[in-house]
Amino acid sequence: MKLTGAQAFIKCLEEHGVEVIFGYPGGALIDVYDELMKNDKVHHVLTRHEQAAVHAADAYGRVKGEVGVALVTSGPGATNAVTGIASAYMDSIPLVVFTGQVPTKLIGNDAFQEVDIVGITRPITKHNYLVKDAEELIPIIREAFHLAKTGRPGPVLVDLPKDVLATRITYPEVKPISMRTYKPTYEPHPGQIEKACQAMLKAKKPVIYAGGGVILSNSNEELTELARRLDCPVTMTLMGLGGFPGTDPLSMGMLGMHGTYYANMAVANCDLLIAVGARFDDRVTGRVDAFAPHAEIIHIDVDPSSISKNVRVDIPIVADCKHALVAINAWFARSKDFNATECAEKHRPWHEQIREWKNKHPLGYVEETGIIKPQFVIQKLHELTGGDAIITTEVGQHQMWTAQFYHFNKPRQWATSGGLGVMGYGFPAAIGAQMAAPDKVVIDIAGDGSIQMNIQELATCRQEKLPVKVAILNNGYLGMVRQWQELFYNKQYSSTVMEVAPDFVKVAEAYGAVGLRATKPSEVEPVIREALKINNTVFMDFVIAREEGVYPMVPAGKATTEMLLV
Amino acid sequence: MKHTISVLLQNKPGVLSRVTGLFSGRGFNIESLSVAQTLEPDVSCLTLVTSGEDTIIEQITKQLHKLIDVIKVTDMCEHDNVEREMALIRVKAEAHTRAEVLRIIDIFRGKVIDVGPKSYVVEVTGKASKLQAVIDILRPIGIQEIVRSGTIAMTRAQKS
Repeated sequence: MKLTGAQAFIKCLEEHGVEVIFGYPGGALIDVYDELMKNDKVHHVLTRHEQAAVHAADAYGRVKGEVGVALVTSGPGATNAVTGIASAYMDSIPLVVFTGQVPTKLIGNDAFQEVDIVGITRPITKHNYLVKDAEELIPIIREAFHLAKTGRPGPVLVDLPKDVLATRITYPEVKPISMRTYKPTYEPHPGQIEKACQAMLKAKKPVIYAGGGVILSNSNEELTELARRLDCPVTMTLMGLGGFPGTDPLSMGMLGMHGTYYANMAVANCDLLIAVGARFDDRVTGRVDAFAPHAEIIHIDVDPSSISKNVRVDIPIVADCKHALVAINAWFARSKDFNATECAEKHRPWHEQIREWKNKHPLGYVEETGIIKPQFVIQKLHELTGGDAIITTEVGQHQMWTAQFYHFNKPRQWATSGGLGVMGYGFPAAIGAQMAAPDKVVIDIAGDGSIQMNIQELATCRQEKLPVKVAILNNGYLGMVRQWQELFYNKQYSSTVMEVAPDFVKVAEAYGAVGLRATKPSEVEPVIREALKINNTVFMDFVIAREEGVYPMVPAGKATTEMLLV
Repeated sequence: MKHTISVLLQNKPGVLSRVTGLFSGRGFNIESLSVAQTLEPDVSCLTLVTSGEDTIIEQITKQLHKLIDVIKVTDMCEHDNVEREMALIRVKAEAHTRAEVLRIIDIFRGKVIDVGPKSYVVEVTGKASKLQAVIDILRPIGIQEIVRSGTIAMTRAQKS
């Protein structure tokens, strides 16, 4: 039986186990939406902006550990999706984005709502396709899913001309995917594993530096096993939070620009740095030549181009983090030279040194009577959710406070736009997260600036009846830029004062959601408790200390040991 | 240092722009580029000349390799290879210089491929340095136009 392209498209989503997609219709996609309405297996979430659809699909994928799917129309639908795609690309998130396109015979004709989205998204996708022949539709979609989730994951875009969706085709049989030009390396080289393990055996002051690759490859357990076996302190990147339990005594929290004093000091003084699924981003390294200057560096990454890109690496291991960690753990399990007690003994002075740094400059803040400190709100959120909520954020100060004070113990409970740094990510991401985990508490921790970048998604929350909670840390500023202006630009608060802001409680109410407000520290806990009880979308407006800064802070271009402290 | 990099690609629309986009987006430099079909009709060979420190060249080859449509990347500098470029040169050829131009072209084993009343179009192939030598010698006679191809390269047969 022949199917139209649109019918085959939906059948192919079902073939890939897709249950939820996020999107926004338009002329070029009418055929698909017509079929979606008849279908009861694929649930379509209508967001109120295409950017939000992509962020929601991104977070859905992160939380579920699957490929997120977004569907947007041609022209402006596609261009609105660009920020979401770029964010997923920077964070290596598996995503397939389908865009509508004008009919093939009109392509290149400057037709209505035509844009060369394949050209536009070339540098921000892992790969992209324009389907020119209806017979190619299904093989391309299969390749797209395969590419999105294998190797170093990433977004893949498939552009669907309107006539392709209307053409009748025979649905091709499922065949194993074999791509001549694409064969990611999963298994580590045994010689490199040997070298790495010998280095670990020797090290007196090792540090594990874990990134998003640990989460993406589901290797948190293997990482934890290695850290405990070696009695090795662990620091995580923003993307790696939850890859190792944040409350574990071996955890030093996040490193880098707003990392902990002790994590940055440990990296600067270690003799072995074990980088697992991390990419030595500038926000992590600070001044590159002063990053881990005394250390031998092991780098495990599935993407060879990540290795020795920013920082020279002594022992590169191109492999999936999980496979590499399994091999390393197996090496230690059978090694006769390794003795856990001796190892712990050898590392003891190193742990004492780290403890000393930690006691000298613990993560903290100064309390002020009658004024809500943002860090206090995060601590309360952590406490009242038992550390078990799924947290998303926007981008800015609130994001860093969350990374510092919500100690993530598990992977996939944290979604933030790390690489691209998208204000407006968190609220739609919370929608995606809640769709992926309907029984979990999902909280978007936001700033008063960034929540306004996708505030229209209140309607999506209401339509899907999602009990998403939004904690707005409201200081009336674009706080992170203001902090830089305070420190480096003579307190000239150019365009960072939010002189006009909506009443967030009333905005929530206007959409049929609930709005709550806390203006005093004593109101924080009751507001959170109340919000967690309500089976509806809730905005919590926390009026916080206006000029609170994020500390520690490594000024841009400085060494990570040159931190500004509280 | 200059590197000649040979890239086998799927012969599909848009592939060339993936390569050039990678270079412009990451600030790598392309000095010349040449691309055409290989023995297999669905595979193209792209040869490009670039320059940079070893770390940059390493990134270039890794990033090229990461492109889904790329089959194989070879840094020709790591192999014994032969390289050629071609130049078409329109050179002034009036009564008193015609014979001299022919002699020079002959020395460089070039060919005259178009003859006009006052000029020749000559074809010369060779390494970049040889083409430069021809150009330098013809220049005093009067070069009106030059078109040069990018470099193409092939590894030599293994000796054994």
